This record gives sequence, structure tokens and C-alpha cells, in this order.
Amino acid sequence: MSIWLAQHWHALLRALRQLVISPVTSLLSVGVFGVVLSLPAGIFLLLENLQTVSGHATESLQLSVFLDTNARQADIERINARLEQVPAFESFQFISKEIALQQLQQESGLAEAMRNLGKNPLPDAFVINLGQMAADEIERMREAISAWPGIAQVLVDTDWARKLNAILDLGRVIVWMLAGLFGAALIIVIFNTIRLQILTRRDEIELSRLIGATDSYIRRPFLYFGAIQGLAGAVLAWSILALVIIKLNESLFELARLYATTWALSHFSWQHNLLLLAFSGGLGWFGARWSVARHLARIDCA
Amino acid sequence: MIDFQHVNKRYAGGYEALTDITFSVERGELAFFTGHSGAGKSTLLKMIAAIERPTSGNIFVGQQNISALKRSAIPYLRRNLGLIFQEQRILLDRNVFANVMLPLQVMGADSRTAAARVRAALDKVGLLDKEKANPITLSGGEKQRLCIARAVVHRPTILIADEPTASLDTGYAREIMAVFESFHQVGVTVLIATHDRMLLDATRSRVFELTQGKLAA
Repeated sequence: MSIWLAQHWHALLRALRQLVISPVTSLLSVGVFGVVLSLPAGIFLLLENLQTVSGHATESLQLSVFLDTNARQADIERINARLEQVPAFESFQFISKEIALQQLQQESGLAEAMRNLGKNPLPDAFVINLGQMAADEIERMREAISAWPGIAQVLVDTDWARKLNAILDLGRVIVWMLAGLFGAALIIVIFNTIRLQILTRRDEIELSRLIGATDSYIRRPFLYFGAIQGLAGAVLAWSILALVIIKLNESLFELARLYATTWALSHFSWQHNLLLLAFSGGLGWFGARWSVARHLARIDCA
Repeated sequence: MIDFQHVNKRYAGGYEALTDITFSVERGELAFFTGHSGAGKSTLLKMIAAIERPTSGNIFVGQQNISALKRSAIPYLRRNLGLIFQEQRILLDRNVFANVMLPLQVMGADSRTAAARVRAALDKVGLLDKEKANPITLSGGEKQRLCIARAVVHRPTILIADEPTASLDTGYAREIMAVFESFHQVGVTVLIATHDRMLLDATRSRVFELTQGKLAA
């Protein structure tokens, strides 16, 4: 076990040594990794941030049921009774036109204008909490309630969030396609880097074979090298995105202030950071593995 | 220890390097192989390390049949051998110590005992004071002694040297030969390919003579 560990430690040291020996080449391919990865990762990050916005909205779906403006107390009670009989609702609440007007006056700063209206233009309404419900079911429910007598209009408040979610899903598909394409490019970059390394270290590889090195011993430092480049590339991509976020948040702060909110972009969660590291490191490892399999077979001692 | 039975080696293109070679070397023996260049000495020695594979016939090293060895078993065969190549194959990107360390690294030896063994090997060939030197600064004889240290550092049971005294002047050659003798003294089987008449005349060991790929009786 300790010999096995020592062998791996040694391979890691040899890989690091290779990185230090040719710093420019190493930095260049790490740079390629970082820049190329930061595009799909950046889009993914943006989607995740938008998801948190729509995520809050879709946690609990609501239906707003507006009554005819000339509805009487008897109509309200009748509709209240009918709503009580629907078991799918989590809860519902009656908001009279007077309360609605009060809320509007308090929240919108239009109190003066409202007072000048003289007559209350708002309808009585019920707000229904649906909890979690499938989209088509919500639509059925909306149509059913719309057909009741005395109902003017039924709105699904969180409709926009559902549409945004659908767009985000599409965005995620695009991110994975980009990641796939760029990943292939990165594998090719590592493939070539390792090929050049094998060529320059031909003497050492030949000698190692002659003195009893196994194939995996010869392979190992190259695999470590590929994985390290991938991991370093992931760190670079992360840093690029961190800078972008800081820059964007400066502008967003102004924008958010105008809308009186405090929305700001946040970086990846640690799970996503791990995913980024694993993805990039895996690409490096795979590119190295492929390159080594192709090129080491050609170096046989003679 | 080493047993060749009717071994043939024919290269693609029909060139016959070795024809019907049969001989055996005992454990702990010191034996020489001689002949003109191109007679097949190098090919014969390379076959013991499975660097070259025979076209037909059997080669036994210890109890192992080398001619039927799987590719994955070859590294473990070579760890029992100490090889000194005609082309010295010294790595110039590291110092003398690191060059001698290589076989132990490849085998995954414990690093503390490995360092002690490297120094012991360097001491045996008289290069202990040069362990930090870059091999490019060594003289021809010192380079050859470095190769010997690298070949014996892992204490192989068989030592194989291909033209170890070529390109060395007489004084160095005698020095190198003395090192081989000392390994022979402690029970290592030593095989040396050479066309150096001086070495051959001085020895009482067996000498196999190759002529155009055939072993003289």
C-alpha cells in the first residue's frame, strides 16, 4: 500500500516537475482551458441566478379570482362556499375591494390620485394558494372557475415564472451542448500537449522500459499532468467568472436600486464548483489517457 | 541459469541474425561473447531481456521461458537483470545520483533505503564524490561506471553488458573489467559481449564465439 502511494506521489511530482520545466507551454494550455470553460460555465451561472429569481415565485402557485365589480355580499358568500368544496386548494383568502384599495394606496404611493377617483374601481377578489400543481391542471382549474357565474377574470399570478423556467430549461440544454463541443476541443488541446511531451521525453521513456518500468508507471505522470492542467483551468475559469460577477454587480447595483430591490449575481455553489473541477479535470485526464495510449505504443525499445 | 535452445532470429526482409543457437550459462558464471560487429552478439544479449524476441526456439532465464513471455510480464523479468547498453542511455536532464536512482524508482523502492543503495552502488564504481554532478561533465570511463552503477543498484542476479569497454582506453577498460570481476565474485551471473582482445586474452572464463549468427563449436 505504501509503495503504491509512493509511486503515485512520485508520478505527481514528476508531473509537477514537467509543469515547471516548461512554464510557458503549461500556462498557455491552462489559459486555453480557463478561457474556453468560462463561456459555458458563465452561461450556466447566469441561468442559475435567473433560476433563483423564478424559483421563489414558483414555490407556491397562486390563482387570483376577480369578481364582477357589481358583486353583492350574497354572491361573495356563494363563491366562498364553492371554493371550500375544492379539495385541491391549499388555502384561499378573500380580499375585499376596500382592503385592496387600502393596500394599493399604501404600496404604490398613488394615495392622492386614488382619493380623487371618488369611486373605488377595484373588484372583490379571492387569492388561492395552489401549492404544487401541474401546469395543465392549473389551466383546467382556471377555466373551470372562470365559468362560474359572477366571476370576471381568473389570473395565474406565476405564469411568467413558468415561462421563464421553460426558457431556462432550453438554456441548460444549450449550455450542455456548448460544454460538449468545447470539452472536445479541450481534449484535443491536451492530446497534443501530451504528444509533444512524449516526444521530448522519448529517451527517458525508452530507458524506463528497459529497466523494468510497467506501462502504468510510464503512463501515470502524463495522466497526472493532464488532470492538473484541467484542474488549474477550472480554477482559472472560476476566477474569470468571479471577476465578471464583481464587475456586473457594480452595474446591477445601480439598476437594482432604481427598482428598489437588492438583487445581485452570486457565484457557483460548492456543488457546482466541484462539478466544474471534476468536469475540467476529467477532460484533462481523458485527453492525456487517449494521447498516451496512442503515442506510447509507438515507442518500443529496440 | 540461462538456457538457449535452437534459437533463430530472422528479421523482416529475410536477414538472418542468429541461426540455431544452443548454449547454457550456469548460475554465477562469467561468460564472454565475441565476434565481428554484426555477428549477432547484441541481438543475443537483447533476447535475454526480451528486447528482441526469437523467431523460433526457446530461451529460459531461471525457470521462465522468455520466448513465451507475455508483454505485461516483461518489466518483472527486466527487474532481475542489470543491463549495460552499448549506447549508454544516460539522462542528461538529471544528476548522477538521480540517474542511478532510476531502476529503484521504477520498481517502487522505499526512498530511504533507495538513497542508501544508490550511494553503495556509486561507491562500488568509485563515483561517490560525483553524485551531484551533471553526467555531461563526466569522462568516458566515468560515464561507463555510471552505467554500471545504474545496472547493479537494484542487485540483479544477472548482469549483461554490451561492449562495455568500447571507446575506452586500456587503463579505463581494465578498471571496468575489475568491477565486473567483483560482481562475479559475489555470485552474480555476468555476460559480456566484446571484441576487445585484451579482455578475452586475460580471462580464464568461457568465451562463446559468434560468426555470422552461428555459434562456433
